[in-house]
Amino acid sequence: MSLTTDDVKKVASLARLAMTDAEIQAAHAQMSSIFGLIEEMQAVNTDGIEPMAHAQDLAQRLREDVVSETSQRELFQSVAPQVERGLYLVPQVIE
Amino acid sequence: MQWEIVIGLEIHAQLSTKTKIFSGASTAFGAEPNTQADAVSIALPGVLPVLNKGAVERAIKFGLATGAHIAPRSVFARKNYFYPDLPKGYQISQMDLPVVGKGELTIHVPAVGKEQPYEKVVRLTRAHLEEDAGKSLHEDFHGMTGIDLNRAGTPLLEIVSEPDMRSAAEAIAYAKSLHTLVRWIGICDGNMQEGSFRCDVNVSVRRPGGELGTRREIKNLNSFKFMQQAIDYEVQWQIDTLENGGKIQQATVLFNPDTGETRSMRSKEEAHDYRYFPDPDLLPLEIGKEWIEQLRATMPELPRSKQLRYVNELGLSAYDAATLTASREMADFFEATLQAVPKDAKACANWIMGEVSAQLNRDNLEMPQCPITPQQLGGMLSRIVDGTISNSGAKEVFRTMWSEGGAADEIIEAKGLKQVSDAGALEAMVDEIIAANADKVAEYRSGKDKLFGFFVGLAMKASKGKANPAQMNEILKKKLAG
Repeated sequence: MSLTTDDVKKVASLARLAMTDAEIQAAHAQMSSIFGLIEEMQAVNTDGIEPMAHAQDLAQRLREDVVSETSQRELFQSVAPQVERGLYLVPQVIE
Repeated sequence: MQWEIVIGLEIHAQLSTKTKIFSGASTAFGAEPNTQADAVSIALPGVLPVLNKGAVERAIKFGLATGAHIAPRSVFARKNYFYPDLPKGYQISQMDLPVVGKGELTIHVPAVGKEQPYEKVVRLTRAHLEEDAGKSLHEDFHGMTGIDLNRAGTPLLEIVSEPDMRSAAEAIAYAKSLHTLVRWIGICDGNMQEGSFRCDVNVSVRRPGGELGTRREIKNLNSFKFMQQAIDYEVQWQIDTLENGGKIQQATVLFNPDTGETRSMRSKEEAHDYRYFPDPDLLPLEIGKEWIEQLRATMPELPRSKQLRYVNELGLSAYDAATLTASREMADFFEATLQAVPKDAKACANWIMGEVSAQLNRDNLEMPQCPITPQQLGGMLSRIVDGTISNSGAKEVFRTMWSEGGAADEIIEAKGLKQVSDAGALEAMVDEIIAANADKVAEYRSGKDKLFGFFVGLAMKASKGKANPAQMNEILKKKLAG
């Protein structure tokens, strides 16, 4: 599968990355080589092998449903650019 | 031209855990902004999610209640999108391997107009665990948006149905059944105003038996009334569009309760590409048979099982059975009342669905706040059954119980409501009436049957309303016949 520069632009836009044409060209070359590697790996016969969801063959540990956290709002908000009445303020979002 | 409506629902039930799905921050509703937004909820670098056992338990209970397959192994995935109330830039959800697989729910569709009520089985596609996002407040921050992340990370169970509903009535019956069920098994408080139970409705129309039409998704309906209005409007809009030669574009729409209209919110070119992939921060969730069996043993009798029992063993109608199982509190009240009068399920049902429900409505109360106990009501019903009081006397006992409390026997005694069933006393009253109204008796005997009511009135007056009505009628008939 060959990657086009339009694909790179789409991925950049979904990731909210502003990229110059030169950066897109560079990323295109790098990503294409990654796809090359994937293609090589796809040549390996994996018939009958169940896909793994995680690199480690372990199960998720669970936490009891007990409150362990207290409010650290002042600490967390001390590094926020702008807060008001306990809220984090961000540039207006219009749906 | 005929159109068939096709509806499927996605319902987000907020799970009633004390803490968030991936951290130990509280989920209590109504806290000051961001005081329950811990390091995980606001996605500080370096934090890791740790799955809440209580959330998984609730998902398993839902699977058990809908006869669904519970996955021995399920996987969490990242759903990527950018929005300020989603601080990680992705929502942790489940994609390919959800915790709960295919199940089903039997719904009761009530009578609408001339249509008879009926039952229907709706297939459930899946139910998966995910985290909620925070809240954005758009007003009042001088051009900025305020973000409250208290809700971020609250556990949700997203319950997806097959497109099995064929009318707004069916969609609402399904949503109501599910709403009853999640509260019944104690996994969600069902508070729709607080957003604990949110419905997305997928609507399309097609020619009967034809290919499925293009659907539009009505997002975030938080009342059954709005659901009805939104579906009615959307269906009419789609039919009008198609009949005028237009095409339906797949879209997400919002319902505006002020105008009663649905309006498209995202256009197709901005359609999201969520780029799901397994979350490397979370290992697969494994659920063993033993855990499932432990939870199965804690499950209450389900509404469906009670309904079948009420119909088959108590002889109630399907409608009565469905009404009495609208909530667990109602069913418990009914069963406790029935203990006093085990052979009179119908009377018991009528009083609870009638007087009790009406009075709760008038006083704006829910069943748990009902001022009379099942024992009080049962005590009163047994006095109707054994003939001590008439139905009208019972209404007075009921009113007194409701406002002042007390046992039926005390109230009957204090108010002198005991009806006269002594045949001798009743006959003497009737004899007097006949003697004092010789002319009317003659008219009656010559064929003016309608006068019977006149005599009943006199007899009730003579007994101060306390005569056993059935017995009095019988004596009157006998004596008037001459």
